[in-house]
Amino acid sequence: MSATLEKAAMNPVYRKRLLTHRIGIALSVAAMSVGLLVLAWILITLIIKGFGALSIHMFTQTTPAPGSEGGGLLNAIVGSLLIVGLSTLISTPIGILAGIYLAEYGEENKIANITRFVTDIMLSAPSIVIGMFVWAMYVATAKHYSGYAGSVALALIAVPVVVRTTDNMLRLVPNSLLEAAFALGAPRWKVAMMVRLRAVKAGVITGVLLAVARVSGETAPLLFTALNNQFFSADMNAPMANLPVVIYGFAMSPYDNWRELAWGGALLVTFSVLALNIISRTVFAQKAPN
Amino acid sequence: MQISTAPMTAAEQAAMQSMLRTMRKQRIQDFFFHKTTMLFALSVLAVLLGIIFSLMVGAWPAFKEFGPAFITTVEWDPVNDQYGAMIAIVGTLATSGIALLIAFPVSFGIALFLTEICPASLRRPLGTAVELLAGIPSIIYGMWGLFVFAPLFGDYVQPLLKSTIGQLPLIGQFFSGPTMGIGILTAALILAVMIIPFISSVMRDVFEIVPAVLKESAYGLGCTRWEVVRKIVLPYTKTGVVGGVMLGLGRALGETMAVTFVIGNANKLSFSLFAAGNSIASTLANEFAESDTALHTSSLFALALILFVITFIVLSAAKLMLAGMSRKEGVK
Repeated sequence: MSATLEKAAMNPVYRKRLLTHRIGIALSVAAMSVGLLVLAWILITLIIKGFGALSIHMFTQTTPAPGSEGGGLLNAIVGSLLIVGLSTLISTPIGILAGIYLAEYGEENKIANITRFVTDIMLSAPSIVIGMFVWAMYVATAKHYSGYAGSVALALIAVPVVVRTTDNMLRLVPNSLLEAAFALGAPRWKVAMMVRLRAVKAGVITGVLLAVARVSGETAPLLFTALNNQFFSADMNAPMANLPVVIYGFAMSPYDNWRELAWGGALLVTFSVLALNIISRTVFAQKAPN
Repeated sequence: MQISTAPMTAAEQAAMQSMLRTMRKQRIQDFFFHKTTMLFALSVLAVLLGIIFSLMVGAWPAFKEFGPAFITTVEWDPVNDQYGAMIAIVGTLATSGIALLIAFPVSFGIALFLTEICPASLRRPLGTAVELLAGIPSIIYGMWGLFVFAPLFGDYVQPLLKSTIGQLPLIGQFFSGPTMGIGILTAALILAVMIIPFISSVMRDVFEIVPAVLKESAYGLGCTRWEVVRKIVLPYTKTGVVGGVMLGLGRALGETMAVTFVIGNANKLSFSLFAAGNSIASTLANEFAESDTALHTSSLFALALILFVITFIVLSAAKLMLAGMSRKEGVK
């Protein structure tokens, strides 16, 4: 330390500035710690409370009747897989094709600009309102709750996620690559589908996985669409058990084994969703450099 | 290369014909490709219009029965079939507003940490960790809030708040009443945790577009890191930061399951933040499946319409502000 620095340190103005700086930095570190602590707190709670329910029975037995012992979540797990699977099948082609339109024709185009704006809003739209929309359009006209209605509701939530990532990814493709394909005489649809889309395949898959992660834990839109089913059912045209709604019902119930199953289900859903998040991020991370 | 001026041979003419045919075919294919993809893009718009339309149709009987007074009426009484939106609107705005007051400084701190303080090697894992907070499903926040957080909050923090801030004049009444753990304030705190990842991620993105030259000039003049953030980064990214906050607000307004678990679901208005209340989303989640009169269902649709309109406006504002910010990025 030189003498000038020490002299500067004696200066009251400088000391005040340094103090403000230190307080600011300390608060910032504190904020970061709060975020990490809450994340750890939630995950540890899930592990401690959910671990007890995590047995082979959870995957082999159906949800227990009120007052009966034991039971598992088989029907809810199968129901969730079917509902989320179908919603992915619906939302992926719609989202990718809409994303292609935005990237291909959307530079200075009114329709594309409005679509992009609306997509961004739908990304954060209240999911319970989407559930009510599907209820009004589908459940109220078909006069019964069904797994299909649940899939449609989840697909409506997933589409904006896929559109957004597809659009963003396609714009990363260098123009020179597209121009090379055009110079070879390829028509636009071939360039878009076979050169441009293929170049960012990993990124688009990331978008689809993120959408799956997003809808897997959604409860609100399923409350009035897929509803619930106490028994095992693979009929998507009937009310269908699914993890989030079962967790919601069981967590609020007076039975101990139900509540334990709710925590087990919560552990299962959360770690699946977080794993999907991390996997999709690493897939994308490998692709990012170009 | 020589260009032949001689008339085309039959073989050349045939080749030319086939090329023209291919080109015509490709033009038709491109036309259909354009229109097909456009159709899918338009379907997103159609869904938005469909939502607004179906909510309006559903809400119409309630608005016809109660008129515009529906919004300002406090009473929400399924037993006597009388409905007003005030309790739910106040509950929604109060929880989201308080959540924002808490989430804003914390998100700012996190964004500041990740862009300016954190060592480069930790930036990615810590950033991912914060974003994982956004990945945890809403219902998990609800369970954690109700069974783990609320009991601790009610036993330790609420009595503390009551005996300190609760004793102050005016604002004291917000921190009075029984300390049950659940209620408006608890819901707001859970919401705050849920929106922190969204706000901090937007802030991070906009902080990163500040030109390095600007920051380096400030450092060169002897500014501390805090001064650079406070006087260079924040003013430069003001619009983006507000946009991020609005985005968080939009998220908080429509959040359903977490709030439903911890808000207490009581249809009454109270000054105390410790009291149980109801938000629009939690009312919908609790009552929609069990609404037995047509007017009850319609009133719930009216609530949903109000929620959708508020969220739409807030999110549009956020989007416009962030669009202004990304134009700035282009100028850099």
